[in-house]
Amino acid sequence: MTQPQREAKRLMKGNEAVAEAAIRAGCRTYFGYPITPQNELAAYMSKRMPQVDGVFVQAESETGAINMVYGAAAAGARVLTSSSSPGVALKAEGISYLAAADLPSVIINIQRGGPGLGTIQPSQGDYFMSTKAPGHGDFKCLVYAPSTVQEMADMVGDAFEKADEYLMPAIILSDGLLGQMMEPVALPPIKDPADCPQHDWALTGTRGKRAPQEVNSLRLYPEQLEATNNERYAMYDRIKAKEQQAEMYRTDDADIIVVAYGASARTAKSAVDLARDAGVRAGMVRPLLVWPFPDDALDSLITGGTAKGFLTVEMSMGQMVEDVQLLVNGRLPIDSFNRTGGLVPEPKAIAERIEKLYKQTAEGGN
Amino acid sequence: MTGHTPSANEKAIFTRTKGLTDTAFTYCAGCMHGIVHRLVAESLEELDVLGKTIGIAPVGCSVTATNFFNCDMLQASHGRAAAAATGVKRVNPDNIVFSYQGDGDLAAIGTAESVHAAARGEHITVIFINNAIYGMTGGQMAPTTMPGQITQTSPYGRIIAQDGYPLRVVEMLATLDGVAYAERVTVDTPKNIRTAKRAIRKAFEYQRDKVGYTIIEVLCTCPTNWGLNPLESADWMRENMFPYYPLGVYRDVKAEGYANIVDAAAALLEEQTAAEAERQAAEAAKEAAKVAAKGGGE
Ligand SMILES: Cc1ncc(C[n+]2csc(CCOP(=O)(O)OP(=O)(O)O)c2C)c(N)n1
Ligand code: SF4
Ligand SMILES: [Mg+2]
Repeated sequence: MTQPQREAKRLMKGNEAVAEAAIRAGCRTYFGYPITPQNELAAYMSKRMPQVDGVFVQAESETGAINMVYGAAAAGARVLTSSSSPGVALKAEGISYLAAADLPSVIINIQRGGPGLGTIQPSQGDYFMSTKAPGHGDFKCLVYAPSTVQEMADMVGDAFEKADEYLMPAIILSDGLLGQMMEPVALPPIKDPADCPQHDWALTGTRGKRAPQEVNSLRLYPEQLEATNNERYAMYDRIKAKEQQAEMYRTDDADIIVVAYGASARTAKSAVDLARDAGVRAGMVRPLLVWPFPDDALDSLITGGTAKGFLTVEMSMGQMVEDVQLLVNGRLPIDSFNRTGGLVPEPKAIAERIEKLYKQTAEGGN
Repeated sequence: MTGHTPSANEKAIFTRTKGLTDTAFTYCAGCMHGIVHRLVAESLEELDVLGKTIGIAPVGCSVTATNFFNCDMLQASHGRAAAAATGVKRVNPDNIVFSYQGDGDLAAIGTAESVHAAARGEHITVIFINNAIYGMTGGQMAPTTMPGQITQTSPYGRIIAQDGYPLRVVEMLATLDGVAYAERVTVDTPKNIRTAKRAIRKAFEYQRDKVGYTIIEVLCTCPTNWGLNPLESADWMRENMFPYYPLGVYRDVKAEGYANIVDAAAALLEEQTAAEAERQAAEAAKEAAKVAAKGGGE
C-alpha cells in the first residue's frame, strides 16, 4: 500500500470524515436511509454529492438502498451505502446478491445496540452478522474495523480498492462512538473517479461494440453453483493469506494478550498500560480487519511467543471471542470481558481482569 | 427461426427481431410472457436503442429473461427491480433501463420499491406482467389474484374477508406526480397485441425523451397454474380479469398537454393552490357574513 499524502489535520466527526474520505476515494454514488447514529453521514453526502456531480438518493428503505447499490455496482460505479445495525440487517438480502454477482461495493455499519430496536448507543453486536452471516448462502465480505476517526477515513479508501480487486462487498464495521466523536483527521488525497478501475463486465449498454452481457446471481445447475462457490472460497483462502492485518501493541514479551478491535480497543489499550504499571506483562492484538481474522498474528504469539492467556474485550455479549477460541483451540485459557447497552469497557475494570487471568495462568503453571 | 436466407424470388416479410437472442424461450406453451418479450424487443430495435439498454429481470418466471433479450441484462432479487433499475439509471442517465416484473414481484414484495421509484419519477420503463398468480413458485395467490380464484394458497378461492382485495396497480401509480405514462394492455388478440406494442414503444420513447416514469401493465395468462388450456385461459382472463382491471390509459402527461412530469406536477399544484385559495376565501366570506349578521342583531 502506498503511503497516502497527508493534508493538514482538521477536527471532524467520524461519520463526516468517512463520507468525505469516500468521495476522495473516487466514490460518486451513494444510497442511504436515515438511522441514528449514522445520520451525519447521509446528511454529509446529500450536501457533497451534488457539488461533485455525484449521485445521492435517499431510498425508501435500507432494502431499497442496497438494491440501488446493486444496480449501480452492476453499472460499474464505485458505490457506497451506510446504515446502523437494524438497517444493515435489512441490507442482508442485497449484500448476498452483491456477493453472488461478484459486485464490488462498500457498506458502512455505524453499529448500535441490539437486538431489536435496542438502543442508539454504540455497540459491537454485529460482529457475527458481519463476519459470519452478512446474508443468506455461502459468502464472505471484507470487514474493516476502524478504531479512530483517522482510520475510518483511511479504511474506506482501502475498502473500495480491495472490493474492486476481489470483486466483492466490503463492510466498514464501525460504531456510534466512532461515528459521533470528533478527532483530528488528515484526509486522504483526492482520487479522480476516472482513475478508479473500469470493469469490462459493467452493464453500460453494448454501444454496438460488444456482445450483450449480464450480471446474474442465478446458478440453476447444481454443478454450476458448486463450482462457483468453490472458486469463490479459493479466492477467500487467498484473501486470508494476503489481507490479514493487526496492530501488535506491547506483545513482544507479553504473558496476557488482550484481543480487541474498533472502539473497545481504545480502552483496552489503556488497560494494557495499567496492567503493565501493576507489573503484569500485558499486550494487545487489535485486528484491523475482522474478516479475514488475524489468525497468523495470534498464532505467532502462541507458537514461538510468550502468550499464556487471552482476554477478549468487546462491546457485545462475546462474539469475536469465538474466532479467538477457534484459533487458540484449547491451547491456552481464554477469558472475555463484555459490556453492552452502549456501555464502554473501562480501562481499570479490564486491567483487573488482565491481572486476574495472569494470576490464574501463573497458578496453573505451578 | 434463424438460418433461412430468402432466395431471389422470395421476399422477407417477417423476420425475427434483433431485440431477442436465438435462445428458445423456456416458458410454458401458451404463456403470454413470450409475446410480451417480443413486443419489448421489437420496440427497442425500432427505436434503435438496443445498444444502450439495460434490462432488469427480477425473480419470477421471467428471471430467465436475461437469456432472451439481446441487450445488457441484470438479474435482481425478488421485488427489488425498481431499486436496481434506479441504481443503473442514476449512474448512466443516458441509458434506457427497463424492468420486467411479475405481479407478485411488483405488487407484493416489491410494492415499496415500485411506488417510490414511480414517486421519484425515475426515468425507467416498467413492464408489469399481471397474471393474477405467482407463476414460478407453482401457483400461489398473488396480490392480483381475483376474488374467488382458486390457487395453491387459496384452495377455497380468494376470500376477500380474509385476503383483502386485489391491487389495481396502474390506477394506484397513476395518482403519482412522477408518473408520465401508465397504461393497461393485454395480448390476447392481434388487435390487442397491436395496442400493447404501441403502448410499450411509447413508454420507451417517453423514457428516451426524459418525460418521466413509465409503466405498462400487461394482463397475461398462466395456463399452467390456472389449470386451463391456452384458449380457455384467454377466455377466463377476458371474463374475470377485464372487468376488474379495465384496459386503457391511466396517465399520459403528454396527451394531457404537458412536456414532462415536472410541468404536469407544477400545473396540478397551481390548480390545487388556486382551488384552496378559493375555498379559504369562501370560508372567510361565510365567516364575515356570520359576524355581520350577528352585529346586525345587536
Ligand atoms: C425473497 C424471496 N421470497 C420468495 C421467493 C420465491 N419466489 C420466487 S418467484 C415468486 C413469485 C413470482 O410471481 P410473479 O412475480 O407474479 O411472477 P410470475 O412467475 O407469475 O411471472 C416467489 C414468491 C424468492 N425468490 N425470494
Ligand atoms: S408458470 Fe405460468 S407464467 Fe410461468 S411460464 Fe408457465 S404459464 Fe408462463
Ligand atoms: Mg405472476
